[in-house]
Amino acid sequence: MSRLSPFNVVSLTFGFVFLYVPMLILVIYSFNASKLVTVWAGFSTKWYGELLSNDAFLDAAWVTLRVAVISSTFATVLGTMAAYVLVRGGRFYGRTLFSGMIYAPLVMPEVITGLSLLLLFIGIGMDRGVLTIVLAHTTFSMCFVSVVVSSRLMTFDQSLEEAALDLGASPFEAFRLITLPIIAPAVISGWLLAFTLSLDDLVIASFTSGPSATTLPMKIWSSVRLGVSPEINALSTILIGLVTVGVICASIASKQSALRAKRDEQAAARAQ
Amino acid sequence: MRRAVLIAVPYVWLLALFLVPFAVVFKISLSDIALAIPPYTPTAKDGIWNMLRGLDFENFVFLTEDDLYWKAYLSSLQIALISTVLTLCVGYPMAYAMARAPEQWRATLLMLVILPFWTSFLIRVYAWVGILSGEGFLNQFLLWIGVISTPLTILNTNTAVYIGIVYTYLPFMILPIYSALDRLDGSLIEAAEDLGCSRMKAFWLITIPLSRNGIIAGCFLVFIPALGEFVIPSLLGGSGTLMIGKVLFEEFFSNRDWPVASAVAVILLLILIIPIVLFQRNEQRQAEAGK
Repeated sequence: MSRLSPFNVVSLTFGFVFLYVPMLILVIYSFNASKLVTVWAGFSTKWYGELLSNDAFLDAAWVTLRVAVISSTFATVLGTMAAYVLVRGGRFYGRTLFSGMIYAPLVMPEVITGLSLLLLFIGIGMDRGVLTIVLAHTTFSMCFVSVVVSSRLMTFDQSLEEAALDLGASPFEAFRLITLPIIAPAVISGWLLAFTLSLDDLVIASFTSGPSATTLPMKIWSSVRLGVSPEINALSTILIGLVTVGVICASIASKQSALRAKRDEQAAARAQ
Repeated sequence: MRRAVLIAVPYVWLLALFLVPFAVVFKISLSDIALAIPPYTPTAKDGIWNMLRGLDFENFVFLTEDDLYWKAYLSSLQIALISTVLTLCVGYPMAYAMARAPEQWRATLLMLVILPFWTSFLIRVYAWVGILSGEGFLNQFLLWIGVISTPLTILNTNTAVYIGIVYTYLPFMILPIYSALDRLDGSLIEAAEDLGCSRMKAFWLITIPLSRNGIIAGCFLVFIPALGEFVIPSLLGGSGTLMIGKVLFEEFFSNRDWPVASAVAVILLLILIIPIVLFQRNEQRQAEAGK
C-alpha cells in the first residue's frame, strides 16, 4: 500500500489546492494597497496599521482571549473528569444518559445550543456578558476534550495504575503520579482544541452575550456582512499566521518527544 | 465517595447546562408571545399551575400552516444531503491517497488536513466571498483563460452554499475515513488480487466495506451540523437560500418571536435525534472495537 497512482496524486493535489488557495488569496490581498479587495494596486501594510489602531477590534480581541483561556481551562478539567468516568467509571445509574450528553453536543447545531442556553440564562434571571459566554463555551468544549482524552485513556495500560494502588498509593496519588503524566499530551491537545473552539465561535456567543461583551468573531461578523473588507483580510492573516506557527511548533515538539522516547527505549534495551 | 464526586461534577454540569436548557426551550415553545420582559407568557411568576394551563401547541400548528417553515426544513435537508455527498466525493479519494502515501509523508499530510480546522471557521467562509463574487477571483480567472465570456453568478446562490459546506467540513470527512483506511490490512487486497479480483472489484469488495465505519462517522459529522448551519447560508447564500438555522436566527433576533423560534428549534431537534443516535451508536461500536 505505498505506491501512489496518478489518480491518488491528482486527488491529493486538487484537495490541497482547494483547501489552501482561498486562505492564500486572503493573505496576499491583505497586503493590497487598494480599498477594492479584488484589484491589486501594489504592496502596502496600511490595513494592519488601521486594524491595530481600531479600539473596537482590540477590545473584542481582549474579551475573546479572556473567554477562551478561562473556558478552555474549565472545559479541560471537566472534560478530563468526564472521560475518566466514561472509561474507568464502571457502571453507574444514568450512564447511557451521561455518554449521550457527551456525544450529542459534538454534532448539535450551534443555533440550538445557543438558543437553549440563552433561554436558560434569561429564565433564571442571569445578566448576560462574559460569564454567560464562558459557561456556554465550557459546556460544549468539555465534550470535545472528553472525547480526545477518553481515546487516550482507552489505549493506556491499566495495570500501571493498579500497580501504583497495590504499592500503597491513594487513588488520587495514582491518578496524579501515573495516569495524568501518561494522558498529558491528550489533555494538552484537548485544552488547545477547547481554546480554538472558543476563539472561533460566533453563533453561541451571539446568543449568550449581552451588550457589555462583544467577541472578535461577533465583530468580524458584523463587518463581513457588509462585504469584503481589507481590514478583515489583515485580521485573518494575523489569525492564520498565529495558528500556523502554533500548529507547526506543536508538531515539532511532539515529534521530538517521540524521538526522545524512542532513544530512551533503545538505551533501556541496550542496558538490559 | 470520591468516585461519586468524580461522576457527579461533570454529570450535574451537563444536566444543568445541556439538558435543562432543552426543557426550557420546550416550555417556551408552548408559550405565547408577549410584550414584556421576558417576551413570552405565561411564566413561573403566574404560579406553576396557571403556567402549565397556559401552555398549548399553537406555535406548532402555526409552523405547519405557514409553508415557509416546511420549505426551510426540506431545503435544509436537501442542502445538507447534497453537501454531504459532495464532501464524501472530495474527501474519500483524499483520505485514500493519504493512506497509500509513503509512511514518512503521512504525518505531514495529516497536519495539512488538520491545519485549516484550527483556523477560524468564519474567516474560511469569508474567504469565499471574495472568490465567488461577480468580479471575484474565480470569475477573473475563468474570463482570463477564456472559458466564459460573461461573469458567472455564484455568490448568493445554493451552489456557493455547497462549496462553503464542502470546504469547511472537509477535514471532518477525511479524518475518520483516513483512520479507518490506515488500519486496513493491505495484504487483504493483495490476496484478493492474487485470487483474480480486478483492482476495481477489490476496492468495492474490500476497501469500501472495511472503511464503512469511517464513512458513516464522516457523513454524520458533516450532515448533522450542516443541517442547522447558519453562518454559511447567511454569508454565501442568497435570499432564495432557505435554511432552518437562518430562519431560527432571524425569528429570534429580527422578529423577536421567542416562542416560534423555540418551536422551530424543537422540531429541528426532533429531526436530528435519529441521526444523532445513529452517530453515537457508530462511535460506541468503534470505541468497543478499538479496545
